[in-house]
Amino acid sequence: MAAPVIATGLTLLVGSLLFAVLGYDPLATLQAFFIAPLNSLNGISEWLLKASPLILIACGLAVGFRANVWNIGAEGQLIIGAIAACGVGLFYPDPDSMLLLPLMFFAGAIAGMAWAAIPAFLRARMNTNEILVTLMLTYIATLLLSWLVHGPWRDPAGFNYPQTALLSAAAMFEPFDYAYRLNASVFITVVAVFLMWLFTDRSFLGYKMSVSGAAPLAARYAGFRESAAVWTGLLAGGAAAGIAGMAEVSGPLGQLSPQISPGYGFAAIIVAFIGRLNAFGIVLGGLLMSLLFLGGEAVQMNLGLSAALTRIFQGILLFFLLAADFFIFYRLRRIPEHA
Amino acid sequence: MPPRLELRNITKSYPGIIANDDISMSIMPGEIHAVLGENGAGKSTLMKIIYGAAQADAGEIFCDGKPIAAHTPATSRALGIEMVYQHFALFESVTVVENIALAVSSTFDLDALARQITELSNRYGMPIDPHRRVHDLSVGERQRVEIVRCLLQAPKLLILDEPTSVLTPQAVVKLFETLRQLAAEGCSIVYISHKLDEVQELCDSATVLRNGKVTGTARPKESTSAQLARLMVGAELPEMHVSPSVPSDKPVLEVRGLTAPARDKYGVELKNISFEVRGGEIVGLAGVSGNGQAELISLLSGERTHGNALSIQIDGKAAAHLNASERRKLGMAFVPEERLGRGAVPPHALWQNAVLTAHRSGLVRNGLVDRKQASNFAAKIIERFKVKANGPQSSAQSLSGGNLQKFIVGREIALEPKLFLVAQPTWGVDVGAAAFIRQTLVDLSRSGAAVLVISEELDELFEICDRLLVICQGQVSPPLIRTKTNREEIGLLMTRVDRGNGTNGRGEVAIQD
Repeated sequence: MAAPVIATGLTLLVGSLLFAVLGYDPLATLQAFFIAPLNSLNGISEWLLKASPLILIACGLAVGFRANVWNIGAEGQLIIGAIAACGVGLFYPDPDSMLLLPLMFFAGAIAGMAWAAIPAFLRARMNTNEILVTLMLTYIATLLLSWLVHGPWRDPAGFNYPQTALLSAAAMFEPFDYAYRLNASVFITVVAVFLMWLFTDRSFLGYKMSVSGAAPLAARYAGFRESAAVWTGLLAGGAAAGIAGMAEVSGPLGQLSPQISPGYGFAAIIVAFIGRLNAFGIVLGGLLMSLLFLGGEAVQMNLGLSAALTRIFQGILLFFLLAADFFIFYRLRRIPEHA
Repeated sequence: MPPRLELRNITKSYPGIIANDDISMSIMPGEIHAVLGENGAGKSTLMKIIYGAAQADAGEIFCDGKPIAAHTPATSRALGIEMVYQHFALFESVTVVENIALAVSSTFDLDALARQITELSNRYGMPIDPHRRVHDLSVGERQRVEIVRCLLQAPKLLILDEPTSVLTPQAVVKLFETLRQLAAEGCSIVYISHKLDEVQELCDSATVLRNGKVTGTARPKESTSAQLARLMVGAELPEMHVSPSVPSDKPVLEVRGLTAPARDKYGVELKNISFEVRGGEIVGLAGVSGNGQAELISLLSGERTHGNALSIQIDGKAAAHLNASERRKLGMAFVPEERLGRGAVPPHALWQNAVLTAHRSGLVRNGLVDRKQASNFAAKIIERFKVKANGPQSSAQSLSGGNLQKFIVGREIALEPKLFLVAQPTWGVDVGAAAFIRQTLVDLSRSGAAVLVISEELDELFEICDRLLVICQGQVSPPLIRTKTNREEIGLLMTRVDRGNGTNGRGEVAIQD
């Protein structure tokens, strides 16, 4: 449990050094990065709005990670989920139907799962490496999205911008307050966190997956099918990412454009590990990661620092997390020279 | 002449336990000295102190009459004290010479080192090719690498921690020859073991530990096993009760013409294996390790499946195509040779490890694991099989090998199997617990279960089995009635091939090491 705290501390330390080297007052910049964004109700709304997809996706991914099923293509599954949901929203015959939002929800989930089913099938049947397949499918998803918004789905009334028409009100989640962007989709994340806890901590299927992850030979010994773990792990991640994509389209975006995610699918991998693949930890990890996104934007706008700063912080954080893990499990020792 | 090594009043305690309590012993140059004791008696702690890997709280260590100051493994090596650990620390993907270079050399002249390895290993009668990769080596050969690594340092004192627990009988014979030769050249040897027969064969003197204290010293060659066992266990060993077997009419396990290709290039091909095990009897499968036991057991347990469903039948039902879970539904239970990572999940608590195979016994409800039931189940096993653990919350990896074995055997027996497969039931288990496990197997069979025991310890098989099979180069012999055969006949079958096929031409010996 100590590793995430140590890693966060070291990230802040190196971050301050980085600011100092760039010629900014470290304390003031850290304040602008981590504290100022949360000083307003709008800030809190944005914080939770960005934490929600991170936590949702991380919950889905962690199910697979616990069984050593490495889905790192959640970004692609998110995009496919968003495309499917937006497609339903745009082309459903009755744009004011009450059914529209639930239909989009299922479209997003099923599309995300379908995208993840490709690597699952390949791994279960042909033992391909799911890391490569999920990652490569992400690029296909990105290009598919780009083709749709530049081509067939482009809004004819959109001044030639590469984006779809705006969704109807019935296809959108209601915000809590029209002054802020936070909307009812956060409840999906709350339910997902509970389901993830139930699955990993209490269910027999989750137990079997943790056996597959911790000791594959013991899983074979007990007769737990490896392919079941592969399918469950990838489909859980795909569904979560697809739903997150749908929630983006039906929430803050309201339409598709070539850039619909600031990298939630990749950042969620870090969130899952900061959270130790555990439901409660993932909530904290998601809040931290969301703050990194917000802080990056804030210092970019207020201090003129580069937008790459968010990515740098993500990278430093993951690096220190893995390093802290290593030094907690292994001790560094000077070995005397051999005589 | 001062002793090569002298311990005076060594005491070492860990939180909650005194591992070594006022231990004194001395070892002369050229002496082979056994440290005997059950699991948890404090042997390993004592060896770590001698090697400098742990520091004693009190007491002194003298080497050749001089006290050892600032004791670390490095000072030990400077004094000529070397240690061969029970679990080898070799890099699998590189060659023998590269492994040894990493451990001992300050320079990386691999050619010279390779010549030295060849010369030294031949001199001590355990030839090893320095250019082979470690993953190609059998366990016995890996141990040779470790020993050669120590010998390169020209040791004055060699510590071996349970060196035979992974070796075949033939490899043990060779190891003993090497050790005797070393001792004859003046090297002192500390030999840690709980196997009485080995200690009696090899060692000049013995210090017996129990619960961290010295309970006696002995001249093993002049003592009886019973005397030594009493010092170790503190009580007489229970006597085995083996009542006559009443086999069922129909076999519970029937293997017919089972043929399977080798899993990989290091595996063994199984050739036309047929045998059966009836309810109420114990059948033993003897053989030198590496003759197809691992392949056969994984096919019997369902960890590997077979296309010809009828080649393995459990309780009259075709089973060769079923996985382990499906076979367990037919009443099978299985204790594998590897405890950690196969029979149990190392980081999981014992209650979680109970769920691993006992999930059908009411530990899972509506798809959710019933933690209370699982804890109760684990607690019962801990109590009934006297597993030394801090309760169902202890992790599997926190238990000693013997205690984890008791837990796994207990868990599988609690499933009340019709068919019980068990591989190496008493490996690394102390004498008291081993006797208990054997008695449990006998009782299980007498209550009607079919029991198949795969073991390399012939004594164990002769003690509990009703019929014996021998596996050699992937072939299984016709069954032998225990009371109508003897060790010599079994020994011959263990090393001959093609007896049943009339070809008999190759007098090849199937020894790996």
